[in-house]
Amino acid sequence: MSQTKKEMLVDPLVDNNPITLQVLGICSALAVTSSLQVSMVMALAVIFVTSFSSFFISCLRNQIPGSIRIIVQMVIIASLVILVDQILKAYAFEISKTLSVFVGLIITNCIVMGRAEAFAMKNPPVASFIDGMGNGMGYGLILLLVGFIRELFGAGSLFGITILETVNNGGWYVPNGMLLLPPSAFFIIGLIIWAFRTWKPNQVEEREYKIQQVEAH
Amino acid sequence: MSDTQSQEPKGAIAKFLAASPDSVGKTIIVAVAVCLVASMVVSAAAVSLRPVQEANALKDKQVNVLQVAGVYEPGVDVSEAFAAFEPHVLELSTGAFVDDQFDAATFDDIAAASDPDLSVALDNDPAGIGRQSKYRVIYLLRDDAGELDKVILPLHGYGLWSTLYGFIALENNGNDIFGLQFYQHGETPGLGAEVDNPRWKALWNGKRLRDDAGELQITVAKSQPAAGPDFYVDALAGATLTSVGVDNLVKFWMGDAGYAPFLAKLQAGEI
Repeated sequence: MSQTKKEMLVDPLVDNNPITLQVLGICSALAVTSSLQVSMVMALAVIFVTSFSSFFISCLRNQIPGSIRIIVQMVIIASLVILVDQILKAYAFEISKTLSVFVGLIITNCIVMGRAEAFAMKNPPVASFIDGMGNGMGYGLILLLVGFIRELFGAGSLFGITILETVNNGGWYVPNGMLLLPPSAFFIIGLIIWAFRTWKPNQVEEREYKIQQVEAH
Repeated sequence: MSDTQSQEPKGAIAKFLAASPDSVGKTIIVAVAVCLVASMVVSAAAVSLRPVQEANALKDKQVNVLQVAGVYEPGVDVSEAFAAFEPHVLELSTGAFVDDQFDAATFDDIAAASDPDLSVALDNDPAGIGRQSKYRVIYLLRDDAGELDKVILPLHGYGLWSTLYGFIALENNGNDIFGLQFYQHGETPGLGAEVDNPRWKALWNGKRLRDDAGELQITVAKSQPAAGPDFYVDALAGATLTSVGVDNLVKFWMGDAGYAPFLAKLQAGEI
């Protein structure tokens, strides 16, 4: 193991962020980030699912037949997701109403599958758990960033608390309605990726092609 | 697995664990074992949490009834405050209560809409609901003297993305609107979901359903209809299709296929 446990936890936050570097899990990042509270719960749910699914898959990694490994991973991930969904419905009913179908869609979140397949199948349980948690946190960090921008400028509030009094409620702020629609998250994530790669130029991928220079005759 | 275990359990398990995971037998056993354990975990969670979830859903509905009737205050004991409401199962076509056939406390009119015996398929379906239950659970609120104060009627219909489920509260004359509120929908946050905005909901208060000639005039639109301001609720800015959906569903449920027979009875003083 070349990485220390702390590196495994911190690395996915910025240096190897699943959203900005690997560009995984974009779909749910578009859907749930229109308010900060929902982003927060979604982030916690994903952290829980990635860390525990990695842990259990890693425990079983020597027993999982290669031919059905993806299905076995899916069964474990899906069970954990249903567990989260049931718990939210029981103890955070309001939030589960807003998250609705997106909790269930954690199953299809590429980050969870990606960590199971790329890391947990080859590494011991504790390391896999930390790796899963780190990647979940990396995902959550971007979710909160996007949620912060979208809720503040789209609805004039943070965690549902009014910061900028909107015109609809008799204030002065004309909210940017586009920020509440999923496409805006594309722009924001794009800008975040740009910012990250400007800050850490080694994240910039090498070009797959070169523009040919033609000598003038 | 049982016959291998009976020979020598410890050795057999160790052997099984050490065996190559890619053999056919082990593939099947691992698949079955993983599914069994996973299904047990999931069903245990679902079964053990169901009472809490049902209590939540019930409380949520009750809170919405309280809110639409304007008697909700944060921190109040919901089930206690809800006890003031009188639930009845209403047969829509006759406008009569059929409490002797169904228990109003447990009858689920949303589920009934998909039961062929209890529902009708709609040909004329402006609310976009497909099938309509013949029976709905409505709530009566009486004042301290026992006089009818408000009626709370459930309604639902399609907006832009989703079916909106809500309640409308009418004054005891069966024509003046006290409030309208949706408790479940999936409209766009900030646009269609502004149906939850208190300022917009407040617009409904004091509007009237029918004019003096008995024509259903209530309208959600961008500009005031000919009938006048008493029948007009301003549409939501930036949410045309949600507004059209709300307009349709209110007209549908207040019309002849909805509560019109019941409201006529109410106005005739037969309730």
